[in-house]
Amino acid sequence: MKYQQEFRDPELAKKLFREIDAITTREWAIMEVCGGQTHSIIRNGIDQLLPDKIELIHGPGCPVCVTPLELIDKALAIAERPNVVFCSFGDMLRVPGSDKDLFRIKSEGGDIRTVYSPLDAVRLARENPEKEVVFFGVGFETTAPANAMAVFQAKNQGLKNFSMLVSHVLVPPAIAAIMESPTNRVQGFLAAGHVCSVMGFSEYPPLAAKYKVPIVVTGFEPLDVLEGIRRVVAQLENGTFEVDNAYERIVTFDGNKAAQTMLADVFDVTDRAWRGIGTIPLSGWTLAEKYRAYDAEHKFEVTGIKTHESPLCRSGEVLQGTIKPHQCPAFGKECTPRKPLGATMVSSEGACAAYYNYGRFTATAK
Amino acid sequence: MNDLDFNAWTCPLPLRDYPKIVLGHGGGGKLSNELVENLFLPVFSNESLDKLSDSAQLDVGEILKNGGRLAYSTDSFVVQPLFFRGGNIGHLAVCGTVNDVAMSGARPLFLSAGFIIEEGFEVESLGKIVGTMGEIARKSGVRIVTGDTKVVDRGKGDGLFINTSGIGVIPEGVDIAPHRARAGDVVILSGEIGLHGIAIMSEREGLEFDAPVESDCANLNFLVEEMLDVTKDIHVLRDPTRGGIASALNEIAKASNTGIRIYDERVPVPDAVRGACEMLGLDPFYVANEGKLLAILPRERADEMLEKMRAHEFGQKAAIVGEVVAEHVGMVVAKTPFGSTRVVDMQLGEQLPRIC
Repeated sequence: MKYQQEFRDPELAKKLFREIDAITTREWAIMEVCGGQTHSIIRNGIDQLLPDKIELIHGPGCPVCVTPLELIDKALAIAERPNVVFCSFGDMLRVPGSDKDLFRIKSEGGDIRTVYSPLDAVRLARENPEKEVVFFGVGFETTAPANAMAVFQAKNQGLKNFSMLVSHVLVPPAIAAIMESPTNRVQGFLAAGHVCSVMGFSEYPPLAAKYKVPIVVTGFEPLDVLEGIRRVVAQLENGTFEVDNAYERIVTFDGNKAAQTMLADVFDVTDRAWRGIGTIPLSGWTLAEKYRAYDAEHKFEVTGIKTHESPLCRSGEVLQGTIKPHQCPAFGKECTPRKPLGATMVSSEGACAAYYNYGRFTATAK
Repeated sequence: MNDLDFNAWTCPLPLRDYPKIVLGHGGGGKLSNELVENLFLPVFSNESLDKLSDSAQLDVGEILKNGGRLAYSTDSFVVQPLFFRGGNIGHLAVCGTVNDVAMSGARPLFLSAGFIIEEGFEVESLGKIVGTMGEIARKSGVRIVTGDTKVVDRGKGDGLFINTSGIGVIPEGVDIAPHRARAGDVVILSGEIGLHGIAIMSEREGLEFDAPVESDCANLNFLVEEMLDVTKDIHVLRDPTRGGIASALNEIAKASNTGIRIYDERVPVPDAVRGACEMLGLDPFYVANEGKLLAILPRERADEMLEKMRAHEFGQKAAIVGEVVAEHVGMVVAKTPFGSTRVVDMQLGEQLPRIC
């Protein structure tokens, strides 16, 4: 359990809480970018124990939450087809499309499989040559290398029955978009540690300099998160805006070069719509021209998709940090994990679901 | 469970020349009879079953002469894979119902067993599973007194489904039910959580771990008997199977109009389960157990109870993991090692592995 229990040590955590407390003199709003960090913060109740002056804003870093509704509807339309085996990571299954989710399609006879790796989907394609196997390739830079590898391998193996529905999103353009927003309140960022393990953090110094905002590469265990917060607060109090790495055991400045090479080969950067936020220029990846044959959107020509979002859902504001989940009037009423109106209520990394599952008690007690 | 040798099992009489189940085995004719006489009876044999009447005839006068009530429970078993580390569907089919009956404080006595077999299922595998059921039934002190076999077309079943139901006797003076939890009671957990769920999941997903996780599948009725020797005043017993301890505790909190507070660091989670859960994005509190129980009882009996439980093979790691409180009615709240709290909610359906 090395790297697990030792980064959850309650005594060391208390020491960090005290240090943060000691250096905090003013009110600060800090955004943790990644859903995994949100999950850790809420599960461990870190937000309850920080000084009142520090506000954590939960960022748009949950891939399930920001995948546009139109793409979910496309996924559903493809998954419904009789000859398709539709593979997805588990938590996409319950994300509501305009009128159903993948679970519904499965119950209606669709062949939906939960896989743990996109390479499992490639294997399924190889083993079932008479079927069309489609993998739902969503996520940030973290999951992208494995997805790229799947497409790369499928091409190398000459598989004609494998394709990927891609909705990859990128963190740095999202940080820029948040800082450009007229309603922005974020003063410092915890950058997503595992995104940086792939990409490194060379993209961040220009952002920190341009927006005068400290960015600290941060891990996911309680001590990692606390150390990230401590370093951001220290910078805010000192008036500096550097990029700092608090996740040195995993992240290097240059990141994983082999993964980056693979990504550059398989994907092209493109404009991408973020659910609840809108289109952010050059904020996502799509399959490169030479892999067009593996692009499920292209292959299945899903057209005529008309999406409708619930008018009650304010997940966009939640994702941008302008409201807290429980400040949404529908939270816990019309919108629950059982009947989610928006994706933020679905994934356990989604800010609304995290609040609902772990924070309901404290949110109502306050 | 380790004293069973599946490899040594042989069919007492060859079943004609069918190595696989055919539709006729469920047809009620000669093939059905052969299956019963050559496969089920030799393993399950007891006075009541051997009569092969349409229903079991049970003498209960002696059993109930000191009063008491009957406990009656049923459960269906549809696990995949049928064979897993630490057991097979036969273990679950017997232990599951034995445990459900025992969770009302009853001594389980009689089981029924219904088999729905898919055409083409290996007779040898069926033999192994039935052999296990016989073995575990003997070990648990229950008799399988009635049964049924049906065969469904290939593709209409998933190899084998088993339903068992069980009858037991609740001793006079024992009143164990979820609504009886009272503020001030302690919550005892009989041992490490998550083993069964992770064993099944790792088998199903082909995940390999340094130390393979074995199912904790076990019959808990004798542990319960020993616990009742300490005091009959146990308020609630629950085996946290599907949905794990989180779901079981939520049900208790709702049924009893109390709140339940648990302490994260007191809940024993084996390293291998923790590691697997981290990797898959699961919460061990929601992972299934098949050989653990939660007991809720007055605090003053807790030490004595723990001592008794820890002396039993299935309660060695028993621990007080929490308490029943008057606050946050209907909710389970966990205290983290950092001093913060979070709601441990009922899960909606299956736990879904996270993307990253």
